[in-house]
Amino acid sequence: MEKTISDLLPVFREVLEDDDIVVNEDSTAKDVPGWDSLNHIYIVVGIESKFKVKFTSSEIQGWKCVGDILADLNRKS
Amino acid sequence: MSNGNVKVAILGDYAMQFLERSLRTAAKREGWKMDVHTADYGTTDMELIDGQSALYSHEPDFIVWHESTLALRDRFYSTAEDERPAFAERYIERLKGHLDRLAALRPGCKVVFPNHAALFEDNVFGHYGNRLPFSWQYQAGKINHLLNELASSTDNLIPLHARPAGHEAGVTDYSLVVNADLHYTLPYLDWLAGSVMGILRSQKGRFKKCVVLDLDNTLWGGIIGDDGIEGIQVGSLGIGKAFTRLQKWLKELSRRGIILAVCSKNDEEVARQPFLRHAEMVLRLDDISVFVANWESKADNIARIRQILNIGYDSMVFLDDNPAEREIVRQHLPEVAVPELPEDPAYYLPHLISLNLFETPSHSRTDADRTRQYQEESRRQQLAQSVTNMDEFLESLQMQAKVNSFEEHDVERISQLTLRSNQFNLRTVRYGVAEVRRIMQDPSYETFSVELSDRFGNYGLISLVIAKVSDEGQAFIDTWIMSCRVLKRTVESLLFNHVAERLRSRGVGVLEGEYLPTEKNRLVSDLLPRLGFTHVGEGRYSIDIHQAGPLPTKITIIGKDDL
Repeated sequence: MEKTISDLLPVFREVLEDDDIVVNEDSTAKDVPGWDSLNHIYIVVGIESKFKVKFTSSEIQGWKCVGDILADLNRKS
Repeated sequence: MSNGNVKVAILGDYAMQFLERSLRTAAKREGWKMDVHTADYGTTDMELIDGQSALYSHEPDFIVWHESTLALRDRFYSTAEDERPAFAERYIERLKGHLDRLAALRPGCKVVFPNHAALFEDNVFGHYGNRLPFSWQYQAGKINHLLNELASSTDNLIPLHARPAGHEAGVTDYSLVVNADLHYTLPYLDWLAGSVMGILRSQKGRFKKCVVLDLDNTLWGGIIGDDGIEGIQVGSLGIGKAFTRLQKWLKELSRRGIILAVCSKNDEEVARQPFLRHAEMVLRLDDISVFVANWESKADNIARIRQILNIGYDSMVFLDDNPAEREIVRQHLPEVAVPELPEDPAYYLPHLISLNLFETPSHSRTDADRTRQYQEESRRQQLAQSVTNMDEFLESLQMQAKVNSFEEHDVERISQLTLRSNQFNLRTVRYGVAEVRRIMQDPSYETFSVELSDRFGNYGLISLVIAKVSDEGQAFIDTWIMSCRVLKRTVESLLFNHVAERLRSRGVGVLEGEYLPTEKNRLVSDLLPRLGFTHVGEGRYSIDIHQAGPLPTKITIIGKDDL
């Protein structure tokens, strides 16, 4: 089943410890408070363990926005 | 550092913020206030060498120094072929230099150092590499061995065995190494942080001293009351091997100084039979310090065992295969550690090993005697029930003591008393072996140790005082500790008499003392006033030792006495 932003949102909220955080497909790290390079890793690992997938190094490095993460996730599951 | 309040510095050579976060989470979970300084990575050597560095201004109690095994392997690969056989020795020399400097600049600070047991294979030569001194696997193994050797002769190094037992999570994720310079997986770092916390907890005097054992289906397979001595599974019968191996491990614990107690729902006579008559039982009655078998609640029985042993609930572990019994004990005695046991007894032991319940801050040869000491204690308690008053009891014990200055052969034991004692401990100052030696060599200190024996046996070295003498003819009680096994035996009066007399002969007129309260040392809140000291301010007491007459005791002084 196609994953959407609402599937990813809980991971962001948990890692960033903020239940009011909102992200959309165009969001980048700059737009989201607290999304720094450290939390980025917790978000990646959080998505991987929630959806039981593993991203490759080049996929991770290719991400520009949340939509890119979603696209790679949907290609895998 | 008071209990649960600790300053930690993190050093390392990969993205250390992740370990910092895991460690903060682990500390928070236990209600600790941990003040953490994490050095920028790659600055380890500078931070340790420069006495003005942020590391030293942080004044850490502990340093967690994690050198990435992957980074070390990279360094090995770029080492010239002819220098590779000396790689491990060079590595340890660098470490030793830093530890020596640290001991001088920040005495008392301990370094927790994960070794290189994880990620150690590279299989460049396959298993054949294990016999080639110039291979990575050979040198990595040697580093781990030399680390242990260094730690055994150094006061401030605690190697952490970095290979988790029974841990499923991968140690490293090479994608995270590439993308985030994170050399270990997050679950592994959580495991590592938990291990560090275990070490810190034990260093601060919180560790397990006793295992309380259920019998049926915990120590042997089957039910002794139903199956009888021929029917229970231990040794060769049925799945008996699993129980034998568990018993062997428990026996090793008891040899190390962990007290074994039995708490079983059984008739006592029936429950004792396997220990007396079953040929394949590893544990015998001699190994059990307190044996309780009856039909009362296990929580009540554990309370009774605790009272006899005179230890805290938080130093006890309870093993029982029955989930209902575990739950009852957890509810009634929340401080007792009650690990889950797997359904299949074959996994009891690997599971218990993986929990690493028995971290310890020290070890001395007297630990191993503890089982015998507690058995002697049970006999003393029987005597206590047969006499009518305290004086009669104390006299019937026929106690004898030696009071000495600290001696070299007691250094381990003395350090251990400062590390382990929580209850009868006036100021709860912890001293490592090197610090005890420093005090012994410093002429401004007077030290006193008491060895006690009675008609039931020898207690060994059970009490000590460290007094600091000032130039103005005053002295201060830096440390006063006594083992709770000898409470109410008038040892404190005997010791006070000796302290006063020796200090008097050194020209000291006024002796000052201080009570520093902790969660556990309420026992000594009135020690100084009971001995005749006057309250002079918040927790502070003072006495004119010229006026202090000898206090009555029931102990005879024997042997060498340096008065």
